[in-house]
Amino acid sequence: MDNFFESAYSIAQQIKDNSITSKEVVSKYFDNIESKNSELNAFLITDKQAAIRQAEIVDQKIQAGQQVGTLAGLPVAIKDNICTDDFTTTCASKILREWKPPYNATVIQKLISQDAIILGKTNLDEFAMGSSTEHSAFGPTKNPVDPSRVPGGSSGGSACAVKTDMASVALGSDTGGSIRQPAAFCGIVGMKPTYGLVSRYGLIAFASSLDQIGPFGKTVKDCALVLNAISGHDPYDSTSLDIKSDDYLQYVDRDLKGIRIGLIEEFDEVLDVSLRENLESATNLFKQNGAEIVKVSLPYVKYALSTYYLIAPAEASSNLARFDGVRYGLRVDGDNVEEMMINTRTQGFGQEVKRRIMLGTYALSSGYYDAYYKTAQKLRTALISDFKKVYDQVDVIICPTTPTGAFEFGAKLDDPLQMYMSDIFTIPSNLAGHPAISVPFGTDSNGMPLGIQILADGLNDSKVIHVGSALETLRTEG
Amino acid sequence: MTQDKSFISKEQVLHVAALAKLNLSDQEVTKFTAQLSDILGYANELSELELKDVSPTAHPIELENVFRDDTVLKSIDNSKVIQNAPESLNSQFKVPPILDD
Repeated sequence: MDNFFESAYSIAQQIKDNSITSKEVVSKYFDNIESKNSELNAFLITDKQAAIRQAEIVDQKIQAGQQVGTLAGLPVAIKDNICTDDFTTTCASKILREWKPPYNATVIQKLISQDAIILGKTNLDEFAMGSSTEHSAFGPTKNPVDPSRVPGGSSGGSACAVKTDMASVALGSDTGGSIRQPAAFCGIVGMKPTYGLVSRYGLIAFASSLDQIGPFGKTVKDCALVLNAISGHDPYDSTSLDIKSDDYLQYVDRDLKGIRIGLIEEFDEVLDVSLRENLESATNLFKQNGAEIVKVSLPYVKYALSTYYLIAPAEASSNLARFDGVRYGLRVDGDNVEEMMINTRTQGFGQEVKRRIMLGTYALSSGYYDAYYKTAQKLRTALISDFKKVYDQVDVIICPTTPTGAFEFGAKLDDPLQMYMSDIFTIPSNLAGHPAISVPFGTDSNGMPLGIQILADGLNDSKVIHVGSALETLRTEG
Repeated sequence: MTQDKSFISKEQVLHVAALAKLNLSDQEVTKFTAQLSDILGYANELSELELKDVSPTAHPIELENVFRDDTVLKSIDNSKVIQNAPESLNSQFKVPPILDD
């Protein structure tokens, strides 16, 4: 690797070999934070002193010949909706502006136990609701490829930090595409694991049946490295899967012989020319290298967006009821407890959060529950059964990650429905609980990065890593 | 994606805001009525589907009750929990009056 920052995996090796110290590595990343973050606003908070101190501890362990973790000395960024007891956790909301959690999320404990160095917390759309980070109460993050454009969202800060070498890898959360879409917009890799593979304990809930924590990296291998560290059963999360652990690094750099790749018929009509051409060149690379391409049909996939924008807000309206000014966060006074709650929520939540709470409350309200929420849940069943049939025929599905490259600030801010359309290709995996990865591939007519997405059946995370890594190699070989 | 038909009225928006414990300004009421109507109008495509025999999915994986042994484990220290409270008294959360006299 000619560029030091191109591979977290290689940096971790160098730290372990003692050819560079973690302290030197962390300092390099902080140099970037100090020169870039004020313009890009990827981090909401960092702690250089604490990071250097932890790096020194790791360095001492290595120099003393002690056993260290798989992420020893590696600088990591964390989306600010994941609880950390060393940093405030704000969800980029006024309502949690100064909140310091009394505990670490399970993923944070797991990173720490592998000797990772946590640099700070990254920006997001408030409560992870959005596709551009424009809904952050603390100002948007900029796209490092073109600062007049959005980095995607909601995990825009984490994507920007990894792209600009302000962190070697990062964690995000993905409810409808919030890892994969910003990864595509910023030109890096982002993965949403199978629902339940990574504990959600300490992830501030947006839509509990859809939320999943996952990694960002410059390469698929870096994401596999992080997934190894954060996956696994957690007694603190009742939806966490109790299954045998896997080593995801072994699926990197394999060939494609015998792999069957599906192309979704129903997406043909919605792709514009440049996206279709981009998908075709990826498809051709796969074909030339031994994969079999199969046309598949998901008749209900075109209803996924509607389904999602009823289910996610419904769950959000329920989850966000806990922000009432009683136990934590902002309190705005009132004459009685109800007034206090109303004042707190009215001043504490931003426009998009209010919009989704309203939408969800309506979808769950008496007289509308059957027509909206229950119908959406049935649609979810229909979509899952569509996927089941398709995965009898193919190992993975490929499609674009997003319908366009990164858009300009303000372009969709006043038209929420248009903003929601950004998630059209990412949402189906969340509804089904399946894994998916976005790998950078091609550019749009503005020169902005695009992503190709690889989808697989539940618990086939190894397959999205396998095919994602192959695509990455084929792209580099040209 | 403009709809001819309004899928939610101003009155319904105000009703939902009250349920959600939110105060909306007049401007917000107008804006949310139009935007929610737009979104619900789009989602109305679901009503054209025949899904009578399909059972609803609440969760992508089968959920079971998770039990553990009924033994005392270490919990987070009370003072650490209370330190985030906007107002507290004797290690408890303090709120404005709930009942009139």
